[in-house]
Amino acid sequence: MTERRHLPYGLSAPATLVLTAFMAAPLVMVLLLSFHTFTMATGIRPEVSLANYVEVLGDGYFHTIFGRTFLLAAAVTGVAALIGVPEAYIIHRMRPPWRSIFLLVILGPLLVSVVVRTLGWAVLLGRNGIVNAGLTGLGILERPAEFMFTMTGMTVALVHVLVPFMVLSVWTSLRRLDPAVEAAGLSLGASQATVLRRIVLPQAMPGILAGSLIVFTLAASAFATPAIVGGRRLKVVAMAAYDEFLNSQNWPLGAAIVVVLLVAMVTIVVGYNRIVERRYRQVFQ
Amino acid sequence: MTRRNGPLALVFHAAFIAFILAPLVVVCLVAFTPEAYLSIPTTRWSLRWFKAIWGSDFIPAFWISVYVAAAAASLALLVSVPAAIATARFQFPGREALVAYFLSPLMVPHVVLGVALLRFMAEVGLTANAFGLIMGHVVIIMPFTLRLALAALAGMDRHVEWAAGSLGASDLTVFRRVTLPIILPGLAGGWLLAFIQSFDELTMTVFVASPGTTTLPVRMFQYITDNIDPMVAAISAALIGLAILLMAVMERVYGLERLLAGKGGD
Repeated sequence: MTERRHLPYGLSAPATLVLTAFMAAPLVMVLLLSFHTFTMATGIRPEVSLANYVEVLGDGYFHTIFGRTFLLAAAVTGVAALIGVPEAYIIHRMRPPWRSIFLLVILGPLLVSVVVRTLGWAVLLGRNGIVNAGLTGLGILERPAEFMFTMTGMTVALVHVLVPFMVLSVWTSLRRLDPAVEAAGLSLGASQATVLRRIVLPQAMPGILAGSLIVFTLAASAFATPAIVGGRRLKVVAMAAYDEFLNSQNWPLGAAIVVVLLVAMVTIVVGYNRIVERRYRQVFQ
Repeated sequence: MTRRNGPLALVFHAAFIAFILAPLVVVCLVAFTPEAYLSIPTTRWSLRWFKAIWGSDFIPAFWISVYVAAAAASLALLVSVPAAIATARFQFPGREALVAYFLSPLMVPHVVLGVALLRFMAEVGLTANAFGLIMGHVVIIMPFTLRLALAALAGMDRHVEWAAGSLGASDLTVFRRVTLPIILPGLAGGWLLAFIQSFDELTMTVFVASPGTTTLPVRMFQYITDNIDPMVAAISAALIGLAILLMAVMERVYGLERLLAGKGGD
């Protein structure tokens, strides 16, 4: 039976090989690259130096970019939870044909390229776009406001791109909620608000927490939407890495930027999981 | 019986759906403008921007995307199915670690994978080569094909496999004649989702795209960062139409919610 004992390893070998060659090894190469140095005259020099990390962690220019990126991710996560959680609950309470129709409408855009969805926001939010026409037409604004190349514009567009993940995550955890529990709460004299706060919200919590993590990590590393709506004026980390690699040709510095991004995100995810597990232990049992 | 949504909830719901659909609808409307600038057609509609797509360099980019996505989805499925069988049907030391490794591409942002792939391709001399790009896409979509292959394997009745085995069929015969035909519909769904995922991928691809491997999303991104005109809106409208068509097919065959539950983002 020795042959059968080795079978699972043989079956897993192709996938393992692909991941090792095209993900793990390249990641190690980037880590090594981040310690090399670069000058315009000499190009990349394979010496070991912390100069790139000193620059990324010490320079105000990069502080602004990292700060903006994580602020954007936090804002997007907050807004996505604020509108995604009630929507998931509304979808949850819908009757069968409507529920799948609207889930389809909310999840369907995930099949369309992020570039297309962001283009829609560029058209809507432009100086002569629909949003401005509507707001000035209604007398809310006197003059057209600038939404393109602003944090507001980036937040709105990214919320649109990522809120389906929040709705899906919360809806999935609400599905396990027995409607009889809600009915029992109401029949025992609890108000609708109490039922929401004491029965529905705790049940939705795992979904909200998981959805927030997905939205936050995707927003913090988003490239296309911030690049199109924010442009070079409001650079995020992914855009900064892109510029170092493809415009300045300073690959070692670009490598250091993504290594710092990766470490920051892993730290946040691990820390978040720690806190969540401690505070909401009873939710996950 | 759940209680019905109140009027306030329905107003919120309508606003939410409008928010979701607004950018997509606007793009589709602008695509039909007869003007040379971005505007919503009111009296006259025109197909001039759809005609303008033919002969533009978006058409070759579209085909590059199709080839890359088809190759990447097929390769990803080819390596995921044996891996799924190993992890679903066998107990062996290191099994959990292996599953975690297979799903690990989900944890790495695409921008990091793009940088890594660019460095890798430069080091081994693969630049301007579609092979490197395709393998990069395989890495990104493999967690999804693996999950769907695992779901297909978990959903099937194992008694038929045991029956075939007890009747003297070899492992290979059992797989080829029993397991594979049963899980094939699930695998086809996984292939389709992987294809879409690869077709839409921008963030990693933009780092390694060379003139010969500029996919449609990359070409559109480059174009949009320069200027936005009704022609990109027309291309976007065509892509939205394509997505609606695919959704209708996938909803009929698999139920879309189940498939989308595992899809990635930006």
